This record gives sequence, C-alpha cells and structure tokens, in this order.
Amino acid sequence: MPSVSGIARRRNEMIIEGLLFMSALSSILITAGIIAILVFETIEFFKVVPLKDFLTDTQWTPLFVNKHYGILTLFAGTFLTTFFAMIVALPVGLISAIYLSEYAPAWLRSIIKPGLEVLAAIPSVVYGYFALLFVTPLLQRFIPHLSGFNSISPGIVMGVMIIPIVSSLSEDALHAVPISLREGALALGATRFQVATRVVLPAALSGVASSFILGISRAIGETMVVAIAAGQQPRLTLNPLVPIETVTAYIVQVSLGDTPTGTLEYKTIFAAGMSLFVVTFVFNIFSYILKKRFREEYE
Amino acid sequence: MDRKVNRHRLNILLDRAFSVVGLFMTIFGIGVLVVLLVDTFLDALPRLDWQFLTGFPSRRPERAGALSAWVGTLVVMVVTIILAFPLGVAAATYLEEFSRKNRLTEFIEINIANLAAVPSIIYGLLGLEVFVRAMRLERSIISGALTLAILILPLIIVATREALRAIPQTIREASYALGATRWQTVRNQILPAAMPAILTGTILAVSRAIGEAAPLIMIGALTYVAFLPSSPVTPDFPFLSFRWLLDPFTVLPIQIFNWVSRPQHGFFTNAAAGIILLLVIVFILNGISAYIRHRYEKRMRW
Repeated sequence: MPSVSGIARRRNEMIIEGLLFMSALSSILITAGIIAILVFETIEFFKVVPLKDFLTDTQWTPLFVNKHYGILTLFAGTFLTTFFAMIVALPVGLISAIYLSEYAPAWLRSIIKPGLEVLAAIPSVVYGYFALLFVTPLLQRFIPHLSGFNSISPGIVMGVMIIPIVSSLSEDALHAVPISLREGALALGATRFQVATRVVLPAALSGVASSFILGISRAIGETMVVAIAAGQQPRLTLNPLVPIETVTAYIVQVSLGDTPTGTLEYKTIFAAGMSLFVVTFVFNIFSYILKKRFREEYE
Repeated sequence: MDRKVNRHRLNILLDRAFSVVGLFMTIFGIGVLVVLLVDTFLDALPRLDWQFLTGFPSRRPERAGALSAWVGTLVVMVVTIILAFPLGVAAATYLEEFSRKNRLTEFIEINIANLAAVPSIIYGLLGLEVFVRAMRLERSIISGALTLAILILPLIIVATREALRAIPQTIREASYALGATRWQTVRNQILPAAMPAILTGTILAVSRAIGEAAPLIMIGALTYVAFLPSSPVTPDFPFLSFRWLLDPFTVLPIQIFNWVSRPQHGFFTNAAAGIILLLVIVFILNGISAYIRHRYEKRMRW
C-alpha cells in the first residue's frame, strides 16, 4: 500500500502548494483592485472635468458653488509640507546614520536604535496633535505672522516622524559597505570623517538615495499630521505661514462630510487619490530599483 | 609642508566636530519624542481618570470618555489579526519555501515592496469602494478590519519572509533526509522555528494598524459613537452571534482626531488623554514584541 499513500500525500502537497500560491497572489489582487477602482472612478471624473483644467487650473474649489478643479493647488500644499519634512529628515537622518554606523560605540547603538524605533511607532495622529498644539504656538513666538494652521509646523513634525525611516535604511546601506574599504582608507592615514564622507558614503550612495526617496514618498502620502495642523484652505502658494490643504487632507475632509456617493464631489477624492498613487508609485519604484542595484553591488 | 600639517589638523578637527554633531543629530529625534510625551502627558493629566475609560463621548468635554473608542480599537484589531495573519504567513511561506525564481515571483516581490509603501489613505479608498459599497458591508467593524488587514498584509509578508530566511538550510536538509515532504518540513520544522520572529513582526504590524486613522475615516468610521458593539454571546441558541461584525464603530485615533479638530479648547485635554491611552497600548505591544525577540535571540543560536 505504500504507493497509494504516496499518491495521496503527493496530492495533499499539491493542494497545499496551490493554496499557498493563491495567498501569494492575493497581493497582486490588492494592487489590481487599487488600480482598478482608482482608474474607474477617475475616468468617470474626467468625463465631466477636462484633463487640461485638472492639470492647469490654479484653484481647487469642488465644494463651492463656483467649482474649479486644479489639482496643482493641492499638490502645492503637499509640496510645501514635504519640503519642510525633508529639510528636517534628510540631514538629521543621514548624519545620524553615519554617526551610528561609523562613530557610535556598540553600547550607544544598542540604546539609540530602539529609541529611534519608538519614534517610528508613534501614531501619526499624535504627531498631528503635537504640531498643532506645541510646535505651532512655539513657532508663533518667533514668527508673529504665522497662522494657526500652516505648512511649516506640520512639515517639521512630519520630518521628525520620518527621521527613523531615513536613518535606519541609510544605516543599513552604510553598514553593508565592506570593512576592507574602510581599512584601506584608514591605512592611508584618513580620519574617520574622511573615511565616512569620501569612502563609505559614496560607496553606499544608491542605498542612501533609496532611503531618501522612500522618505519623500512617505511624506507625500502622510495624512493625519497635515489634516490636523495644515488647514483646509487649498491655495497655490509657496508661503509656509498660511493655511493650505494637501492632497491627503482634502480626501479626509470630503469623507468626513456628507458627500453623497456617485456625485462629482465624491469622484474628486478618487481623482486626487489617483494622482497621489501615481506620484508615490513613481517614487517607490525608483527607490526599489536603487536599493536593488545597491544590493547587487555588495550582497 | 606647513600647509599639509594645517590640512591634517583641519581634518582631525572636522573628525572631532562630527563626533559631537553626529551624536547631537542622533539624539535630536529622541529629544523631540521626550518633549512630545512630557507635553502631552501634562496636558492629559486632568482627564486621566476612571471616568474617561468608562464614559461615552459627550458634547461636554469634561464628561466625554473614550470607552467606545478603545473598545472599538481592540475589537477591530482582533478581527484584523484573524484576517491578515494566516494569509500573510501563507503568502510568505509560498514565496520563501515553495516558489521557483521566475518572472511571476519577481513581479510579486516588487508588488509587495510597492504595497508596503502605498499611502494608507489609498487603502481607505479601496476599502470604501470594495467593502463599504460593492460588498455592502456598510461602515462596519468588518469593513474596517478588512481594510486594515489589507494594509498590514505586506508588512506581515515581509517580516515572515525575513524570519523564514533566517532558518539555516541545514534544518531543511535534515528534514528531507528523514523522508519528510516539503510541506511536512515547513509545518513541523521551519514554521515553529521561525514563529517567534514571525510574531514579533506581526505585532509590530498590528501596532502600526492601531495608530491608523486615515483609512478608517475613509470607510466612514463614525466620530461620535455612544454605544458598544452588540454582544458576541446571546442568551438563546446557538449562544453565539456575529452581528457585532456589522455594527458601526470608532477607534481611538479617530476619536483623538475628532477631539483635536474641535474649536473648544476643553476637548484638547481629552485628545491628550486619548493619546496617552493609545500610546500605552502601542508601547505594550512593542514591549511584547521586543520581549519575544529578546527571548528568542537568547534561546536559539544556529
């Protein structure tokens, strides 16, 4: 009878492998679902609003009587908050990555790394509270014209929130650079700073760039911090002191209201979501390619 | 010669300077974190009492509690884990232990990397369209849990794959040598050995989901819920009910968002108290995860 049980066993194996394969396929199904609903609702949207208006109009007022659909207005807000987030997150993240990888003694690393992990574990709604009720009032002492809602304060707070992403991914990249490169440079009399900036950093550049891009993508897609502290006034401006509205905050604003499904107002959130998805998708893929190139070089 | 010496001195100076600047930048984030926690805790102090935990939301800030919010958070999380954990582990097991390297698996890989970085609010749009509208599950606990399950699925897959990759090849070979099939090897050897690391990753993914507000706002979780989900235990046969899955709900991050967006300052205190409650839950989960990782690292050395 061993052959019969052998056949049964093989059949079981194949069933299980099939089930596991379907689970793995589910991730593709999710992406397909996201793209399908975004494309479907966006096409509906563009049946009413011409693409040219969407891309070139300088106002975004779908909830008013006089309607305009210039998505750039929302992206101006997203750009401003992302810009300030990056001013904080990129230098601080990179410098701390270099410090942790090249300077810090082991005991210090073992304390600081979990600390940075905690920073990444704080929910974004908490950072929103902090931006609105701590950082904005603090900044108002130095910038008297600063409005209660603005882009600089949530931008800075978002930057702090993104430090751990940049820092930990950059450190992974720096750490992966072979020790022999460092030893070679040190043997030639270079200081640790020279080794870090002229040998290790250039060698890990694609990995570091990958972490930067992922950080930017994260800031673009971040929602709660800007929904709480940046305001709900879409405007095409580069002034960081006035209320603005980001793409993400607009989507939240509409879904908090009583917009009936099927209306054009309802479809605007999908058009906005589609734009957001496309932009972050480009960044994510770019980051993935850089990371892969880096891995191929050193691992 | 003189210039060379000066340059060397400059380099040493730069090196020293960086060891100070670097340390400062590294603890900068943690410093901000401490300020944030202390500030919020001081704001929250007047509302941190029993009544806050057991009271429903109210129009009067000093009477508003977070009962429906924290119960909602716990219930949604349990359902989310039940949905996402088996699927995520199964997907990762396939990719790591069964798949051959080909175009399809490579595509799945890029796809998962991208999904992990898609803004959470996009998942909210997906949940709104698929679960709330197409499947007519309405603004219910199950809609919220399905949305969050999809959101954390890529995180669980990535964590599980790393856990499986850490199991040495020799374990697999020993199992095959004893005549075990691939699935027997996975079920009896690989998964049990990788389980602590899988759990660590899953708990971290869940602690991320607990803090998410945006996707649940999208699917229409309410901001004012003055009731609890219906009971899963009923007095009549069959004594179990799943009606609660279709009940409306709110969660802590949404309740906090609601309080922080009110014009009356009294609600800010409630928001701070809600934040402390949320952070306690998140830190407990992170603590459990760190504990499992710590024990596992001590016990298993390949």
